[in-house]
Amino acid sequence: MEPLFSTKNLKLLKEPLNDNNPITVQVLGICSALAITVQLKPSIVMALSVLVVLAISNVVISLLRKMIPPRIRIIVQLVVIAAMVILVDEVLQAYAYDVSKQLSVFVGLIITNCIIMGRLEAFAMANKPWPAFLDGIGNAAGYGVILIIVAFFRELLGSGTIYGLQVIPDSFYEAGYANNGLMILPPMALVVVGLIIWIQRGKNQKLIEEN
Amino acid sequence: MENLVNIFVKSIFIDNMIFAYFLGMCSYLAVSKTVKTSTGLGIAVIFVLGFTVPVDFLLQKYVLAEGALAWLSPSLADVDLSFLSFIMFIAIIASMVQLVEMIIEKFSPALYSSLGIFLPLIAVNCAILGGSLFMQEREYANIAEATSFGLGSGVGWFLAIVGIAAIREKIKYSNVPAPLRGLGITFIITGLMGIAFMSFMGIKL
Repeated sequence: MEPLFSTKNLKLLKEPLNDNNPITVQVLGICSALAITVQLKPSIVMALSVLVVLAISNVVISLLRKMIPPRIRIIVQLVVIAAMVILVDEVLQAYAYDVSKQLSVFVGLIITNCIIMGRLEAFAMANKPWPAFLDGIGNAAGYGVILIIVAFFRELLGSGTIYGLQVIPDSFYEAGYANNGLMILPPMALVVVGLIIWIQRGKNQKLIEEN
Repeated sequence: MENLVNIFVKSIFIDNMIFAYFLGMCSYLAVSKTVKTSTGLGIAVIFVLGFTVPVDFLLQKYVLAEGALAWLSPSLADVDLSFLSFIMFIAIIASMVQLVEMIIEKFSPALYSSLGIFLPLIAVNCAILGGSLFMQEREYANIAEATSFGLGSGVGWFLAIVGIAAIREKIKYSNVPAPLRGLGITFIITGLMGIAFMSFMGIKL
């Protein structure tokens, strides 16, 4: 019996944060990641929702992994994910109605978020529940970190606020500073992620692609 | 009729799936290395969106929406099944993808062999589920509107992936900074294409 937080298990938690980040390296889950990063608050809610869905469905699939016939595993996985997403959606509508309206269809789109299917296929189907849980938390955290970085810069530069609070003093505006309206537009999310990839790969040379 | 054309054009250019909502980005980034394969995937997406959105529209109208079951018996008039919509839509999409695959295999083996592996992949493409969810949220009035929205979104996605694939084929010959190669530059180009597509926003439809 290995200890709960052995080096191997800790690696599952840490690796997705940098070397194997779901967004910038594995290229998973970009679909729903970018549209909601205009402001920090919905991004944090989205990151937490993905964390809950991914961790729990990883554990469920890992518990069921010996019972699921391989031919129908995709349907089984989709049903587990869809059930979790419905729960999250109902909770959000009950306790955070504004944010849930802001996220609109993107909560539902967690179902087809490739991160979740990808981790279920690649990890939970072949591992015990505890490592699967850590893998879920780690990958969702790696996803959340990118989401929060992108949202931080877009909100700061685009509307001069952080988490809805104004941080750029009025005297700046009087001196002629203006919010960059471009940052609020959807295409800038892609450019910001592109820049994050550039910085990350500049520091971490082994991630560089051939072309 | 004019209304249908408006919805069609609007969903291609103004509400483009990729540039305005980032839907289907995973396969968009993964499959856009050559024009040939991305054309195949794009056509498959048009097919599947054109089929699933109207079917999900009927499902929404006659089963899921509040009071939709009234046609079965008046006692069911206040049943609201809309919380089941995610699970029903994804089930419809998975089975429609299978069905479309079988139909194409039967009637056009040539198209089937060129689409090949892409059809099953589409079941987990967010653009498809996104199409159904937007259809639900925007409350299109009838099945014709829903169909033209579905087809238009598919065509928009097709244009986007073919465009980026053509650019990526050319960019192989350019000297991109090493850390930006591959994924990074693709993101930035997509962003620039998105800004270009925003010029359509001023069109009033």
